[in-house]
Amino acid sequence: MARIDLVDLAHSYGGNDAPQESFALKPVTMTWRQGGAYALLGPSGCGKTTLLNVISGIITPSRGKILFDGTDITPLSTQKRNIAQVFQFPVIYDTMTVGQNLAFPLKNRGVPKAEIDKRVAEIGRLLDLEPYLNRKATRLTADAKQKISLGRGLVRSDVAAVLFDEPLTVIDPELKWQLRSKLKALHRELDLTMIYVTHDQTEALTFADTVVVMHDGRVVQSGTPAELFDKPAHTFVGYFIGSPGMNILPAEVRGREARIGGHVIALNRAYDNLPAGAKIEIGVRPEFVEVVAPAPGLLTAKIERLDDLGRIRFARARLGDAKLAARAPAGFTSADGTAGLKFDPSHVHVYADSLLVEGAA
Amino acid sequence: MDKTVNQKAWFLVLPVFLVVAFSAVLPLMTVVNYSMQDTFGNNQFFWNGVGWFKELLDPSTDLGGRFLASLGRNLFFSLVILAIEVPLGIVVALSMPREGWTVAACLVILALPLLIPWNVVGTIWQIFGRPDIGLLGYALNAAGIDYNYVSNDIDAWVTVIVMDVWHWTSLVALLCYAGLKSIPEAYYQAAQIDGASRWAVFKAIQLPKMNRVLLIAVLLRFMDSFMIYTEPFVVTGGGPGNSTTFVSIELVKIALGQFDLGKAAALSLVYNLIILIVCWIFYTVMTNAGAERKPQEGAV
Repeated sequence: MARIDLVDLAHSYGGNDAPQESFALKPVTMTWRQGGAYALLGPSGCGKTTLLNVISGIITPSRGKILFDGTDITPLSTQKRNIAQVFQFPVIYDTMTVGQNLAFPLKNRGVPKAEIDKRVAEIGRLLDLEPYLNRKATRLTADAKQKISLGRGLVRSDVAAVLFDEPLTVIDPELKWQLRSKLKALHRELDLTMIYVTHDQTEALTFADTVVVMHDGRVVQSGTPAELFDKPAHTFVGYFIGSPGMNILPAEVRGREARIGGHVIALNRAYDNLPAGAKIEIGVRPEFVEVVAPAPGLLTAKIERLDDLGRIRFARARLGDAKLAARAPAGFTSADGTAGLKFDPSHVHVYADSLLVEGAA
Repeated sequence: MDKTVNQKAWFLVLPVFLVVAFSAVLPLMTVVNYSMQDTFGNNQFFWNGVGWFKELLDPSTDLGGRFLASLGRNLFFSLVILAIEVPLGIVVALSMPREGWTVAACLVILALPLLIPWNVVGTIWQIFGRPDIGLLGYALNAAGIDYNYVSNDIDAWVTVIVMDVWHWTSLVALLCYAGLKSIPEAYYQAAQIDGASRWAVFKAIQLPKMNRVLLIAVLLRFMDSFMIYTEPFVVTGGGPGNSTTFVSIELVKIALGQFDLGKAAALSLVYNLIILIVCWIFYTVMTNAGAERKPQEGAV
């Protein structure tokens, strides 16, 4: 168990001399605290698996250092690092029983037999694998196999962290839910640092207390699910998290006002020193824009359709070239296909070159 | 259920019938026919019933003694070359590079012995091993080792075995290499994470994942070595004495040397039957092993 620090860590599959833009993992400095449940969230190809493999030692980073509790372990091999990792597809040792599979990481490290038996029994119980412990692992279903893989990751009590690389990809949706809650429970019970890689925001938000969002090889934001929702640090976080994602609209921002096509939207904070020449956008979540009957002074949008999600309705609208989603209050209908937009000023954020700008109070 | 009646199809199948009849059925029936008779040349045949078959299985007769002795030699030969070629092939496959231009180079070098015709392999080793002009034979004798495959039984055996290992280990290695290449990278990564040693990785991942290709390799090498003829015939001619006379060499001696068509026919039928049975056993074992693995592949 340890705190993990990444210091100026970067990796390029093309070698250290490749231009930085081509790096699979761009320089990052961050800390994973002991006992935390982290999710590493991002679309395919954003570098999250690279980051994970760098931490576990499967990949040696091109630059930077990894510290476990302050000790530099960058040059150590995977075997020597105290780390467990679960992969996307179940890895099962065919010739062994379920119990032997679970015992394998301990046996390789010369743990005494009595201790192995105890741990295997405990993990078997936690993962509901007890009835299968003496069965050959090859005959089991995919989700039972993935449970074994999870079990092998969790069986060592001394690991610095357990890394999960999209471990539920092969599992049925119904079981996915169960296994995820199981993992969450295991996290509480075993007090392990867990890092969970996924491209599924629901998975990330339900599992983790800290979500780290990656985009194009960069860590763009790290925070609680609420922070990511309320205050996305990057437009990517805005539209990647939330369903539908955040509306990002090009605008002119001066002081406490944003202008879109001559219409003024009030802002809660003052933005006087925006970087010159930057691309300025405002971002607002659909939950904080309301479609109402068109009225003077309100931005008018064309309604394309209404999506009824059961508890809430979202209007899909068009504003000039930009598409936009907005909450449709109960009873809202649009006679002529247009509607006025009412923004909640406290939830309108300003972005310069995709990065959040903090306004002055 | 209105099937189109079109008898023309028979004309299309007919050539195959004819080819099979003339190439397989008729010769086989001729052999069966011969195996029941004795000939004294001049195309004179005498009915002998199952006499030859009885003699074949009775070691006290000349025919039975020669057959059973050569069968024993053949089985021993197959066992020895399997015991050498399979582990050696695995080791070669494991030590081959997994990527880069060296892969292609290794594959070409490994494939070379496989591309050489049998009798050329025999000739190469026949000359290679000669104590007077052969590189190997001369070097061994110069080093003080008394080596002569023409006069010494053990030397002859060693030569034939080393030749077969040289010729066919590549096949086992290539099959194993294919098996190894099909193991997903995640298995090796997981084993690393689990702290597995090199030996544990081999035992827990590589060997189980290779068991299918290994079965094929064993089958192929067994059948091939059990039917071996050309190479030992060229190198030792079955000698010294009868020490390297395998079943096929004995068969040719009886059939073409002594022109005992009846004995040779009976022997070849039994020989064929043994091969068929072994084939069937291997096939059954292999398909069962396949069925055992099916659910796993389906699930993943």
